[in-house]
Amino acid sequence: MWTLLQIELFKISKRPRTYIAFAAVAAIVFIFQFAFKADGQSYMDLMLQSVKDTFTFDRVQAINGYFMCYIILNTLLIQVPILIALIAADSISGEANMGTLRLLISKPISRTQLILVKFAAATIFTIFLLLWMAITALFMSLLIFGTGDMLVFRSKGDESQILLITKDDIMWRYLAAFAYATVALTVIAALSLLLSIFAENSIGPIIATVCIVIVCTIISNINVPIIDKNVKPFLFTSYLVGWKGFFYIGTDADGKTIRGSLENWPAIRKSLLILIAHIFILVMAAVVVFKKKDILS
Amino acid sequence: MSLIIEVNHLSKKFGDTLAVNDLSFTVNQGDIYGFLGQNGAGKSTTIRMLLTLIHPTAGNIKLFGKDLSANRSAILQQVGAVIEKPDLYKYLSAYDNLSIFAKMSGTKVTRHLLMQQLHMVGLEDRAKDTVRTFSQGMKQRLGIAVALVHNPALIILDEPTNGLDPQGIADIRNLILRLSREMGKTVLISSHLLSEIELIATRMIILHKGKKMVEGNVATLLDPAHTLIEIETLDNAAAKQLLLESEWAAFVQPNNQLQLMMDKIKVPRLINFLVSGGVQLLSVNSSHSLENYFLSLTTQSGNVDAFAN
Amino acid sequence: MIRLKKIATLVVLILISFACVQAQDVNALIAKVKFNIDKVNDYEATARMITNVSFLKVPDADVKVYFKKPNQLKIKNEKGISFVPKGAVSINLNNILSGGKYTAIDAGTDKIGNTTVRIVKLLPEDDNADVVLSTVYIDEAALVIRRAKTTTRTNGSYQLEMNYGKYSAFGLPDKIVFTFDTKDYKLPKGVTFDFDDGTQNNRSAADKAKSKNGKAEITFSSYVVNKGVAEDVFK
Repeated sequence: MWTLLQIELFKISKRPRTYIAFAAVAAIVFIFQFAFKADGQSYMDLMLQSVKDTFTFDRVQAINGYFMCYIILNTLLIQVPILIALIAADSISGEANMGTLRLLISKPISRTQLILVKFAAATIFTIFLLLWMAITALFMSLLIFGTGDMLVFRSKGDESQILLITKDDIMWRYLAAFAYATVALTVIAALSLLLSIFAENSIGPIIATVCIVIVCTIISNINVPIIDKNVKPFLFTSYLVGWKGFFYIGTDADGKTIRGSLENWPAIRKSLLILIAHIFILVMAAVVVFKKKDILS
Repeated sequence: MSLIIEVNHLSKKFGDTLAVNDLSFTVNQGDIYGFLGQNGAGKSTTIRMLLTLIHPTAGNIKLFGKDLSANRSAILQQVGAVIEKPDLYKYLSAYDNLSIFAKMSGTKVTRHLLMQQLHMVGLEDRAKDTVRTFSQGMKQRLGIAVALVHNPALIILDEPTNGLDPQGIADIRNLILRLSREMGKTVLISSHLLSEIELIATRMIILHKGKKMVEGNVATLLDPAHTLIEIETLDNAAAKQLLLESEWAAFVQPNNQLQLMMDKIKVPRLINFLVSGGVQLLSVNSSHSLENYFLSLTTQSGNVDAFAN
Repeated sequence: MIRLKKIATLVVLILISFACVQAQDVNALIAKVKFNIDKVNDYEATARMITNVSFLKVPDADVKVYFKKPNQLKIKNEKGISFVPKGAVSINLNNILSGGKYTAIDAGTDKIGNTTVRIVKLLPEDDNADVVLSTVYIDEAALVIRRAKTTTRTNGSYQLEMNYGKYSAFGLPDKIVFTFDTKDYKLPKGVTFDFDDGTQNNRSAADKAKSKNGKAEITFSSYVVNKGVAEDVFK
C-alpha cells in the first residue's frame, strides 16, 4: 500500500498540471497582498463604513498578516475546490484516457487498494495545497504585514458583528481552520474521485465537480425557510465555510471575548462529522462502483 | 504438462450483446497460444477477463490451476500483459514507467534489472527520455519490457505487433520464440497478422462471434491432410454439383466458392475426375495457410465481416 | 393695592438677585473645579478599557491615555487594536469646561451614591456649536465633576461617570464610564460567505433598543502628571 502511495505521489509530482494549482494559489495570494499593501485602508473603510463616525481605531495595525490571511482564505477557499478537482477528478479518468488503467488493473493490486491509494494521494495533494496556502497566505502575509490583533467582520443572521481576537490567540485558530479546510476540501477530492470513475477523460468529472460545488453553494446561500430546513443540512457546501467557526471567538454575557474560546464548538464538531460522513460515503461509493466496473478503455 | 489457463463456459454480456458465448479452452505450459478471430469475435473481451479487467457474466477462469477471482493477486503476480495499445505514462521516462510497473507487480526493483530489460527491447539509450517522445514501435517495445519486467510465467500479448514495421515485427517474433523456447514461458498471443501466428504458435483457437470455432495444435490444424484446394472453372456451379454427387462430396466446403478440404496428395486424382466429367478447368490452387484456414472457417456462414485492419 | 405691587416688585427683585447670586455661585464653583483641572498640563496614564457595544466583541484592553493642554487626548492600545469611541476623545471635561463660552444654570442638587452633588447645566453661547447642552454633576466638597451628560446635534448623547481616588487633587478620575449612542454595525452586502452555525440571535426588542447604547469603562491604574508628552503621540 505504501509503495503504491509513493508511486501515486511520484506520478502526481511529475505532472505539470499539479503545479498549476500551486501557481494559481500563489498568484491569487500575491494579488491580494499587493492590493492590500497598496490600498488596504479603502477595504477597511468599506467594512467599517457604518460605524466610522462612532469609533476610531488603528487602521494600519488592523491590516496585519493574520487579517490578510483571513481575507485571502475567505475568497480562496471558494475557488480551491476547482484546483482540487483538477487533480482528483483525473485520478481514474486520466488513467483511462491515457490507457494506463487497464495496465494498472492487470497488476496484482486490488481495485479497493487502487481507489484508496488514489483517494489518499488526492488527500495528500489537498494537504500540500493547503500547506502552500498557509505558507503564502499566512506566513508570507505575516512577513509582509507583520502580526497584530485580528478583526473578523461577520454577519450573523440579520446582524453584523466585529470580533477582535488578540494576536496571541490566533495561530491555533489558523491551525484548526486549515485542518478543517483540509477535511472540507477532502470531500471535494472524494466527490471528484467518484465522478472520475464514470468518465474516460478528466474534463467531464472536473466540470461535473465544479458544477456540483457551484450549484450546492448557491443553494446553501439561498435564504428560503423551506430550503434552510430541508435541503441545506444535507449539502456539504453548507459546511465548507465552517473553518470560520474557529474565528468566531466566544464571549461572556457582557460581550467580552474569552481568550482561547469558540462561540460554538458543537456546531463546528457537527459540521466536521457531517463532512467526514460525506467523505466516507463518497469513498465507499467509489470503491463499490469501481469494483463492479468493466474496464473497457 | 500442466495447464496454465483453463477457461470453462465463459460468457460475457454487454447489455443484450453476447460478446463471449460459452467459451472453453486450455493453454498448456510452454505453449505459444494463438488467439484468433475477426474484429468483435470476443478476443479482447476474453483477454480482459483473463486479466480481471472485465467481470465474466458466467463461467470460470483458472490460471496456474487456481480460481482467478479467488486468487487474483497471487495469480496476477505471475502474469505479464500488453493489452491492445502499449499506453504508458507519457510524462514519465521509459525508466520511470518500467520502475513503476515493476514495483506494482511486487518485484524488487534494481537499476540493473531495469536497464537489462530496456537493453532487451533496445531502449537502453532512451531510458531517461519521456515516453511522449517515443515512436509507436518504441512504445510497443517498452510495453513488452513492462510486461516482462517481473519475470512472469504467463505472458498475454494482445496485438503486440500493432504499428510495428517489418523489422519490429520480426524482433517481437524472435523475442516471443526466445521467451518460450529458452525461458519456458507460456505465451497467449492475439494478432491479426495470421502469418505471424502461423510462424510461432504451437496451439491456437479461432473465435467467431464470441464462440469457439476450433482449437488445437497448429501442426494438426494446418496438416497437409487438411489442405484447402480452390478450383476455378468456366462453370463453378456445375462443377460443384458434379463433385457433390461424387465420392468427393465429403471434402467440398459448405460455402459459395468451389473449395475442398482434403489431403494434397489426392489433387491429381481430383483433376482427372473433373476433366473426365467434362469440367473446363481454369486453375487449381492448393493452400494450407492459416489465413485460408481461418477464412474458410469464419466465412462458412456467409460471414463477410471486414477482417481486422 | 400699591402696597401689594411694592411687595410683588420686591419679591421679583429678591428672586432675581437670588438667581444672580446662585449663578455667581455655580460659576465660582466651575471656576474652582476648572482650577483643579488646569493644574494638569499633560499626563500619561495607564488604564484598562472595557468596551461594551452589542456588535463589538472585544477583550478588555490595556491602554495608555495621553493628554495635553488645551484639549488633546489620545487613547492608545500599544499591544493591539482597540476601538475607541470617538466621543470619548472629543467630549472630555476639558472640552466641556474650556473656553468658558457658556451660560451656567444651577439646577439644584442630587445624590450620586452617598455624595451630594450640584447639578449645573451649561448652555453654549454659540448657537451653531455641536454641543447643545451639557449637564455636569459637581461634588462640591471634593471640587470634582462626578457626572457629565452631553447632548450633541449630530452624534446623540454622551454620559461620563467618574470615580475619584488618589488623583482627585488634579481632578483626574480613577475610573470613567463613558456611555454613548451608537448605530448598528452593518457589513457591506455580499462581502462574505458566513458559516451559519445554526445559532440564532434571540435578542428581545429591549435588548435591541439597548444595543443603541455603547459603554466604555476606563479604569486608571496610574498617572504621570506634568512630565511632558511628546506631540507626535496625538498624530
